[in-house]
Amino acid sequence: VTAAAQAGAERSARLRETAARARTLILRTIGRAGLGHVGGDLSVADILTTLFFDTLRLDPADPAWPLRDRLILSKGHCAAALYSVLALRGFFPEAMLDGFMAPLSPLNGHPNRRKVPGVEANTGPLGHGLPIGVGCAVAARLAGADWRTFVVLGDGELQEGSNWEAAMAAGHRGLGNLVAVVDRNRLQQGAPTETTNRLEPLAAKWRAFGWEVHEVDGHDHAALLEALPPGPGATQPRCVIARTVKGKGVSFMENRVEWHHKVPSPQQLEQALAEVGR
Amino acid sequence: MSAAAPEAAGMFDCRKAFAEELSTLARTDDRIVAVCNDSVGSSNLAAFAAEFPERLVNVGIAEQNMVGVAAGLANGGFVPFVCAASPFLTGRALEQIKADIAYSGHHAVLCGMSPGLAYGELGPTHHSIEDLAWLRAIAELTVMVPADPRQTRAAVHWAAQAGAPSFLRIGRFPVPAVTPEDVPIEVDRVMELRPGRDVALVATGTMVSRALDAAARLAAEGVEARVLNVLTLQPLDAEPLLRAAAETGRVVTAEEGTVRGGLGSAVAELLSQARPVPMRILGVAGFAPTGSTAFLLDHFGLNADGIAAAARELLEVRP
Repeated sequence: VTAAAQAGAERSARLRETAARARTLILRTIGRAGLGHVGGDLSVADILTTLFFDTLRLDPADPAWPLRDRLILSKGHCAAALYSVLALRGFFPEAMLDGFMAPLSPLNGHPNRRKVPGVEANTGPLGHGLPIGVGCAVAARLAGADWRTFVVLGDGELQEGSNWEAAMAAGHRGLGNLVAVVDRNRLQQGAPTETTNRLEPLAAKWRAFGWEVHEVDGHDHAALLEALPPGPGATQPRCVIARTVKGKGVSFMENRVEWHHKVPSPQQLEQALAEVGR
Repeated sequence: MSAAAPEAAGMFDCRKAFAEELSTLARTDDRIVAVCNDSVGSSNLAAFAAEFPERLVNVGIAEQNMVGVAAGLANGGFVPFVCAASPFLTGRALEQIKADIAYSGHHAVLCGMSPGLAYGELGPTHHSIEDLAWLRAIAELTVMVPADPRQTRAAVHWAAQAGAPSFLRIGRFPVPAVTPEDVPIEVDRVMELRPGRDVALVATGTMVSRALDAAARLAAEGVEARVLNVLTLQPLDAEPLLRAAAETGRVVTAEEGTVRGGLGSAVAELLSQARPVPMRILGVAGFAPTGSTAFLLDHFGLNADGIAAAARELLEVRP
């Protein structure tokens, strides 16, 4: 085993541990609020953990640092996952999660950049994140700055046409400083994506729009670590299709469409917490 | 394109003043960029593009992306001026305007070009009569409707420094200068362009010069009409409107837009709760038939005759 391989394994192990803590916070947060989108939160947890704890250049003490990498969660309904990871990363105290969706709390059901440090975009209506991300990437280029932009997309929201307006613009402009990560859990609110409005062949679609596509297991931190950062001097935007499991980590939620926004009972919450390792 | 009346002497297309002011500001403010949707020509941005080629972001025919891109540019420290035909900017990208710009609190300037009935014969698909009603309903978005080149420059200048989102409605239908040269423009204030105590004519954009013409006609009949110019429709400067209602007892509003939800509604919301007086709301009632802008404005009574007639009607009403 080389030193590099050893270091890589340690990075992945740390991320795995952090992601387990994120899942615990997500479940507790949603359980306490009695509201939330737990299935998608659990599918995107490893992606957000890898980004915030490794890939992104940021400073939790200075969330408006002009040269920070931008992370836009386009699937804004998975705010509980974003808030949990931001709290773990030190953007705000974990105790703030207690206020998730409570009256007058800064932690609305969808993220608000004016109220929550670390939030870049007020997402919620689907299909908004990628156009904003294209603007951030163009801004970096205009400013001659080397910060990068990452947009985390749900797969279902790729049915929104605005994403493809943005994908076309990014491909046309060769935005090598832009990365789109698709949380490909194959389920939308009411049914599988493929029976609702088919997305496949998804990689071919992105390639046709001028993107470099990487397909990975979205729960494999080592694979994410490798796939997420754009290559130096990249001349194409990068799309990482992260194959994920909706409800990942909780046996009775995994791949079950009803857990899109069902809330666990106290008993189910206990079991779920035990399964994600608390 | 529309057969807008050719520019006669002393008549101005406000897009020219808009483009000149934008370039002037961009020379000293590196944050200013323009974003457009294949609308370099119709937004008069050719000179800006020639002078600042890398600061013009043309996203092609894709309005939702255009407004999202503007939000991203604002996130990255720029001040985007989004320039597009008003019907498509406001209709196609309304949710992006609400969520990505206004709710996000981004300092972006949405410039609705050729609004109202400017596209004349191209018909109701291309008319932008709903924009003021739609955008006035969005919180924390300043809505400005300049009436002449000087007001246009002042509005562009103000919006570039605002630190908050705004919408500028930039007309293409030729208008005369209405702002007296010796009057400083405060963009957030309602300007009194003519004193009078018998009736108040409250107008915005292209209707301001017509309200002044109406007031001149009424004066010949011994009726003194006060003319108020609303440059900023939201937030509305209440005091001059309340005073006009109290002192004249009758208010006519005129706008190149739908009679539901725009200037007339804004004034009625204010007065009906604080100083109710009889009102007439003049605007575009329904989808327009085929015709040039000039024809359609006459068709809907959006001219000096129509405004004066509405004022006479109110003078018959006993408060």
